Amino acid sequence: MIAWLNDHWDLVFSLSGQHLYLALVPVVIGFVLAVPLGWLATRSGALRATIFYVFGFIYSIPSLALLVVLPVLLGTQILDPINLMAALTIYTVALLVRSVVDALSSVPWEVRTAATAMGFRPLRRFFSVELPMSIPVLVAGLRVAAVSSISLVSVGALLGVGGLGNLFNDGFHRNFIGEIVIGVVASLILALVTDAVLVLIGRLSTPWTRVG
Amino acid sequence: MIEFQAVTKQYPDGTIAVRELDLTIEAGKITVFVGPSGCGKTTSLRMINRMIDASSGHILIDGADIMRSDPPVLRRGIGYVIQHAGLFPHRTVLDNVATVPVLTGVGRRAARARAAELLEIVGLPAGLARRYPAQLSGGQQQRVGVARALAADPPVLLMDEPFSAVDPIVREGLQEELLRLQADLAKTIVFVTHDIDEAIKLGDKVAVMRTGGVLAQFDEPAALLGRPSDDFVASFVGRDRGYRALGFLAATGLTLGELSLVELGGTVADARKALVGGWAVAVDEQRHAIGWLSSARLDTVDGAATVTPDLLISGGSLYQVDSDVGTTAGSLRNALDAALSSPAALGIAVDATGAVIGSVTADDVVRALAKARTAGEVPT
Repeated sequence: MIAWLNDHWDLVFSLSGQHLYLALVPVVIGFVLAVPLGWLATRSGALRATIFYVFGFIYSIPSLALLVVLPVLLGTQILDPINLMAALTIYTVALLVRSVVDALSSVPWEVRTAATAMGFRPLRRFFSVELPMSIPVLVAGLRVAAVSSISLVSVGALLGVGGLGNLFNDGFHRNFIGEIVIGVVASLILALVTDAVLVLIGRLSTPWTRVG
Repeated sequence: MIEFQAVTKQYPDGTIAVRELDLTIEAGKITVFVGPSGCGKTTSLRMINRMIDASSGHILIDGADIMRSDPPVLRRGIGYVIQHAGLFPHRTVLDNVATVPVLTGVGRRAARARAAELLEIVGLPAGLARRYPAQLSGGQQQRVGVARALAADPPVLLMDEPFSAVDPIVREGLQEELLRLQADLAKTIVFVTHDIDEAIKLGDKVAVMRTGGVLAQFDEPAALLGRPSDDFVASFVGRDRGYRALGFLAATGLTLGELSLVELGGTVADARKALVGGWAVAVDEQRHAIGWLSSARLDTVDGAATVTPDLLISGGSLYQVDSDVGTTAGSLRNALDAALSSPAALGIAVDATGAVIGSVTADDVVRALAKARTAGEVPT
């Protein structure tokens, strides 16, 4: 296994890079989509119920099934990495929409009222008061979404775009357990590092949560 | 000046929060809306800055109908203080105070400089500027709330039960502070509370509202206590209103009596000789009262012994003479309380420095009250 690794460092690194790209670009896009959707969901009870229902349903679709259906819906090739990234984006949105709603609802009534009474327009109030105050809850949601996205990328290997998942595939075909272990360990390291980076970003952007 | 002209607020479900309200709020004065819950006092306040829009009628600020203004722009010109302060937890105290100037386009640097001045004005140490709200006590947070509302120097200040969430001692401090600030700033303040004592203490005029959004009485506090318009107002103003009304009568007609003063350190025998009617006041070098000496207590010790603090009987409240009416000091209420709470039935009168200058009895107060009544100073 060590010998194999020594011969294949380049491969492991390039697959790791690809893995991160495939996993995290959807998290970023999903986050950008989840914020306005979550905001919409806080506007009315009916909207909230609909959004929760739709994304709850989507999240329950098995990933492999979604990967097979998406090319039909998107008109892409079955092996196009866009399919995988679109699926991961949808999962991210489904996970984060709830976090966004929880975070926005947790802004105290008197803070929101005071902001309005001081003359904030709704959009500015959202970006300067409600969103920053939501960071702790949002980061918690992002951590779950990022780690689950990193683990899901491997499924893409079955369609030829799985980052480190390719090592699992290859290991199975060649009946070489070492390659699989290396794939698992590398993807675990990616998840841990990503999680640590998110925790750090969360801490740096919320100094007020560690006082008092 | 803020005018309510036949203002009604009715919700879609038919509930009427405010009914046909006609009211003129004077510029530069504190007007208090008070009443039980559901009386529409907060709704009335929030209609002024269009947090709630009236269903019918007009609200004019300095003659201009507020419905013609853009709500966010209108609100930036009206300070707002809310219960629990409503500070932004993710911003420092300084940036909280700088909020409205930044919104109106003042540069961040200038806004912060102004915010620092305001912290000083509301009596907060400069060291708190860089802290976050969670690091402040409730009373300090509320002061920051007041500073934030004043930051853009708005002519009008709306205060929505601002002091109801802090403990009674802190609340009293905040009330005194507001009166002190107002003496300098002369803002048009509209203040909502459910506490009639707070209303009477702070208001130049008080609007008592009853459930269903009807104005029951709009008057000066002394008049509210002296001649409530109906049973509802009388019961809302509460017990002891005759006694509390004394708080609005200056004790000018009151003549102070003599008081025997004794300093600690002399002999008990000398102290006994100094007693008048069996009592004397022990004072320190600044003539500040530290307790009472009684013949009953002094007779239990040897005449050659020294007068020490353990021989003292603690006194009642002090009647401070040199003070403005409005707070209770300097009023007949203050003088009467001093007399009633004293173990010697003699109230101790002090000057602004706290030095003892004479005595007052309950009879003196009643006589002064009779004199004020004859002079027509008592509202009837």
